[in-house]
This record gives sequence, C-alpha cells and structure tokens, in this order.
Amino acid sequence: MSVFRCPACGYEYDEERGHPREGFPPGTAFAEIPDDWACPDCGVRDKVDFEAVE
Amino acid sequence: MHMSAAPAAANETEDRAAAELRAAAEPRWRDPKRHAWLLGLVVPTLPFLTWGIVEATGIGAFWFFGPVLVFGIFPLLDLAIGMDARNPPDEVIKWLERDRYYRWCTYAYIPVQYAGLVFACWLFTRPQLSTVEKVGLALTVGMVSGVAINTAHELGHKRDSLERWLSRIALAQSGYGHFFIEHNRGHHVKVATPEDPASARLGESFYAFLPRTVAGSLRSAWALERTRLARLESGPWTWRNDILTAWAMTVALFGALVAVVGVEVLPYLVIQAVVGFSLLEVVNYLEHYGLLRRRREDGRYERTRPEHSWNSNSAASNVLLYHLQRHSDHHANPVRRYQALRHVEEAPQLPTGYAGMIVLALTPPAWRRVMDRKVLAHYGGDASLANVHPPKRRRYLGAEGTPRRPAGAEAGA
Repeated sequence: MSVFRCPACGYEYDEERGHPREGFPPGTAFAEIPDDWACPDCGVRDKVDFEAVE
Repeated sequence: MHMSAAPAAANETEDRAAAELRAAAEPRWRDPKRHAWLLGLVVPTLPFLTWGIVEATGIGAFWFFGPVLVFGIFPLLDLAIGMDARNPPDEVIKWLERDRYYRWCTYAYIPVQYAGLVFACWLFTRPQLSTVEKVGLALTVGMVSGVAINTAHELGHKRDSLERWLSRIALAQSGYGHFFIEHNRGHHVKVATPEDPASARLGESFYAFLPRTVAGSLRSAWALERTRLARLESGPWTWRNDILTAWAMTVALFGALVAVVGVEVLPYLVIQAVVGFSLLEVVNYLEHYGLLRRRREDGRYERTRPEHSWNSNSAASNVLLYHLQRHSDHHANPVRRYQALRHVEEAPQLPTGYAGMIVLALTPPAWRRVMDRKVLAHYGGDASLANVHPPKRRRYLGAEGTPRRPAGAEAGA
C-alpha cells in the first residue's frame, strides 16, 4: 500500500485508508482514482500531479 | 481521515507547539494586525448599530446605514488609511497559523451575525417602521449576510471538520450553502478559465456576470456532488448530499424565524439573502476579471499562478475581509489561514481596495474605463491572451480575431 502527496498543500492519499467521503473506500489503489480528481483539500493540483511518498 | 478533525489530545499538543514556536519568534516580530482582526466584528453588529443610530438621531433614513457603510465609508477608509504590503517573516508563519486566537476572531462572527438577524426580525414586526425603512434594514442585514460568506469562505477552506461545519452555518443566512462545495472544488480548480462560472470575463458587465455565476455555480456544485455520490453508489437525493443539508439549514432557519416572529418577515429574509449573495458575487466578479490561464499542449490548463488573481494591499478592506485581497497567495495556498496570507510582488494590483472596486463594478462604464485598461496592460496590449466575454469578442479582438485596443483603453492610455 502506498501514499501519494499533493505537492501544493501536503494532503496525503493513503491507499490503506482511501477517502471514503470521496467515494474511495479503504484499499482503493491510487491508480483506480480518476485522473481529473483534484486534491480534496486545496483543489490546486490534480491526481496526476501527486507525488509518491516513501 | 488523518488530515482532519484533530482530537482534543492532538489539539493540546498543537497548542503547546504553537506556544513554543511563538515564544521563539515573538521577540523578533509582533503581528501589527493582531488586534485589528477584531474589527471584522463591526459588520455583524450592523443591525444593532443601525438601530442605535436611528434611535439617537430620530432619522429613519439611517436604516440604510449598512449599504452606506459598505459602499460609501469603507471605500473612503481604504483611500484614507492606504496600503499595507508588509508580510510576516517566513519563520513565524507556523505559529501564526497555529495561534488559535485568529480562529476565534472568525468564529465570533457567527453568533453576532445571528443575534443581529433575530434582532432585525423583531424590528421588521414593529409598526413604527415604514415599509421603505424595513427595506433599508433588510439591505443593512444583507451586508452582514454577504460578509458572512467571506467568513464562511475562510472557514470552509480548512481541514478541520468543525470549521467546515461553521462555514455552512454562516452560509445559512444567505441560502448559499452550495458555495462551500462549488468554491473549493469547482472555482479553485477552474479559476481564470472560460469554464469557471465565477471568473468574470473581459467585457462582461457585472449585470451580465451575476445571472451567469449564480446559475453556473449552482449547476457546477450539483454536478460535483452528484459525481461524488455516484462513486458512493448513491443518487443525489440523499441526506449525504452536502448541498441538501446546507440548504436544509436555511429552510430550518427561515422556518423558525417565520414561526416565531410571523410570516411578514419572509420578504425581508428573502431580500437580505439575495443582497448577501449578490455582494459575494460582485467580489467574485472583481477577483479574476479578464484573467486567463493558458492551455498547455497536453490540453490541461497551466497551473494557477499569482498573475491569475487581482490583489490589493489596502489595509481597511484587508482587515474587514480577512486578507481576502491577498488573493494570489490564497489561490496558491487555499488552506493557508488568513492571518498568514502574503502580499506577492508579481501579482496584479487593483487601483483601490475591494470596497471601492465593488462600487466601480456596479457602474459598468466606469469599471470598463478603469479595468479594461488594466487587463490589457497586464497582457501587453494583446487581448487575445485575456479571458474575453464571447459576445464582446469583436470589440476586443476585431473581426478577424486580431487583437486591437478597445475605445475605452485608447483614451489617455
């Protein structure tokens, strides 16, 4: 399970936790998230801009 | 939800960390605006203030004091007090953001706002007030309602779930609960593109912009929630829909006021709500007028940069609006708290504060004289780089789409 970080605000998408409110249950792989999904915290950067952590 | 809703223990640790950071930084720097932020509470006291002025003078025209303050006195204050471009040094930003005092300044707006609304509803039932005076009071309450959207804006950008709730409560008075969805997930993503209903276009008057942004923002908010709920395998008609719950707050609020005070307050509640959200939309109008992000070769828009928002360092409006005018830094760092927002040197600057620019926006010929010139200067005279209002393309770009300066920009340019 990996973590991906928004380069603008530091929000982290953790595959293990997912983001249930956004419709991504725990365990949702980052690859399954639509490319045009914007950072839920800042909206400045999109999924494709996120950087892998670790 | 590891990024939000810090539990109490974490809050204590955070407070301790903030105190330590502050102790280390404070000998070198003191926030000159620290106490000034409390002046943001002047606007929500308007119903009481207005009543006091009418009582003291016996002049009924003072029920219109709210719009007089916002459209008359605040622009003059901006001119009288002038600019303040000072930034907090980088090393204090952390404690400045963590210091809870600044949050309480914004939270405090909400109880004062609603105390004023209840007081105003009682006034609406007084037989001593004429209908015209009651309309004046409704406009005054509308100023509170509109500036409350600014407070909701500050709170709605935060990761803390309490602050997001407070944001929706502040929006209930204007019936604009969908704003905190559309603004964060729609406007911030699409800002300064033709796709954003809340980014005004070169040549578009405020009166053309208003219906476009009101309808477009509503559609966009609904589409965003529908998409999110579809991922949760749900239709939009559910209490999990944040727009419906936010609107339900308005229905409950107005319903309670009508039930307690009487149905005669309803027209005034509607007036203050429309005035409130129109005040927000006129600010939306001036924040990005004519500015355009370019499309990259891969079809995506370039990143939002400081040059895509209009800024002002006028001190009075900045204090009143929680640094909203440091708009470029806000778009670069939407989660950053207001007290830590910075003046950015390369950001385009408005000739005066948002308060004065609102008055200008309400008078389109004056607006075009001032702002079309600014937009064209910003793009080196090339209107094809601007976000041009499609019905006005010929005026700015000529018949063949070749850029030319509009009549308004030639005079004295």
